[in-house]
Amino acid sequence: MIVLDHVAKTFVTRGGEQVAAISDVSLEVRRNEFVCLVGASGCGKSTLLRLVAGLVAPTGGRVSIGGATVTEPRDDTGIVFQAPTLLPWASILDNVLFPLDMMRKLDASGRARARDLLALVGLSGFESKYPRELSGGMQQRAGICRALVHDPDILLMDEPFGALDALTREELTIELMRIWQERPKTILFVTHSIPEAVLLADRVVVMSARPGRVAEIIDVELPRPRDFDMEARSEFQDATRRTRELIFGGRSARAN
Amino acid sequence: MAAAPEPIKKRRHARLAADIAQPVAALIIFVILWELICRAFHVPAYLVPAPSAIWTDTLKLAGPVAVHTLATTQTVLLGFLASLIVSLPLAVLITASPTIANTVYPLLVLTQSIPKVALAPILVVILGSNELPRVVVTFLVAFFPLVLSIAAGITAVPPELIELGRACRASKWRELWRIRLPYAVPFIFSGLKAAITLSVVGAVVGEFVNADRGLGYLIVTSTAFFQVPLAWGALVLLSLLGIILFQAVVIVEQVFFPWAIDSDKQTI
Ligand SMILES: Nc1ncnc2c1ncn2[C@@H]1O[C@H](COP(=O)(O)OP(=O)(O)OP(=O)(O)O)[C@@H](O)[C@H]1O
Ligand SMILES: [Mg+2]
Repeated sequence: MIVLDHVAKTFVTRGGEQVAAISDVSLEVRRNEFVCLVGASGCGKSTLLRLVAGLVAPTGGRVSIGGATVTEPRDDTGIVFQAPTLLPWASILDNVLFPLDMMRKLDASGRARARDLLALVGLSGFESKYPRELSGGMQQRAGICRALVHDPDILLMDEPFGALDALTREELTIELMRIWQERPKTILFVTHSIPEAVLLADRVVVMSARPGRVAEIIDVELPRPRDFDMEARSEFQDATRRTRELIFGGRSARAN
Repeated sequence: MAAAPEPIKKRRHARLAADIAQPVAALIIFVILWELICRAFHVPAYLVPAPSAIWTDTLKLAGPVAVHTLATTQTVLLGFLASLIVSLPLAVLITASPTIANTVYPLLVLTQSIPKVALAPILVVILGSNELPRVVVTFLVAFFPLVLSIAAGITAVPPELIELGRACRASKWRELWRIRLPYAVPFIFSGLKAAITLSVVGAVVGEFVNADRGLGYLIVTSTAFFQVPLAWGALVLLSLLGIILFQAVVIVEQVFFPWAIDSDKQTI
């Protein structure tokens, strides 16, 4: 479905300095697969997501979806940004409807869908409120609804639960898995939380920093449907330990 | 939840009342002091007339003064409207590409470096002795800060919002209408507040040079005939006009763009 073929992205800063955010990343995400990206801060996770979203162009290699090279944002992709990025002048409902409106696909069924999504994340009753009247976590939930409103085949999520409290986070994790099981999609999910990644993912992609590359891909063998009780299982423990070793192992070895 | 807005509204009204009461009280005290000083020191009316003299002399000519006030108001509003109509597309054009900005900016700065008072008589020669040169002078005085603040607003949009637009496949045109311009609204209004004040200045400059009515014209003629209290009356009316028009802009912003006010307040 999503194929990254030796993808590299080098930014040129204002001062003319070159920053290699990603170098030589090859990755294949199957249709309806749930893949989590973990890695240290600044290792290029957001950049990778932007590349798949068609928001930035690679400086090397090729990104393709369903065989077609990605050159610009696509209709069948939804993205949740690291920050909520809601429009301050639009109501929550209008914010959620924004992608449909921009794609000129706004109709009654879209509105109904937006309301359903808002109810799903516990935001019914807030449709006509403005973003500033909502807490940061509530704004982020509205941002998730916005990414889902046009029912995309591909969902790109950049630390969507990062700003949420632990309780809401668990709730939404379960909710996201339910949505994914009901309406299968290909999900690329960036997170800082290793347990979250292992619980959600079919495969966890561990990235190394400077420049960002794929260090290893870990298969998670846990059965579906999953819940938080599975954190006690040995498969879960093994996968989190392995991921942790990959991210911190090298560093602590060097410190010795 | 339905009951919630009521007390908030009441509090808002109370705050508004306090906001108005204080300056009004200060103004009344100022006028009383002025009156007392004029009487105590027998200040001659041709130098600084007492408020009471200004009041009676202006009221005596209430009819003509009203005509002058309306004439000035018309010039101010036409000039203000012209500056809004020109500034918006101009700002969009400037922000569209660096090439356009580099060609248009020097021209704009040029129009600003010309002293408007000196330009006014020349405009009369070109455009004839009518309302048009006055409106043009008003426009020239008022539009520049408006262009700058609209352009600043359009370019101040956070890159995340632009990225959101791109992710939703918004065209450049829709990005402008649905993201950039709404974001610029608080900037546009701070430009409009400057522009309305400057419009009053511009209209008076236009009337000084060429007019057969208007408050600026009234000041020129009444001082020429030593009707100094009447000139002061015109002056007071001009500042009132400025305050009322400024408040009108504030109210339009509050009524139609309440979210812009709130984000304004947060930054202060
Ligand atoms: N537009 C840009 N211009 C210049 N450098 C950039 C740009 N975007 C990202 N970078 C650089 O690329 C690297 C990777 O950034 P990226 O945002 O992808 O990291 P990340 O893994 O998402 O980090 P975090 O977990 O903190 O969100 C960083 O070193 C960053 O400074
Ligand atoms: Mg990031």
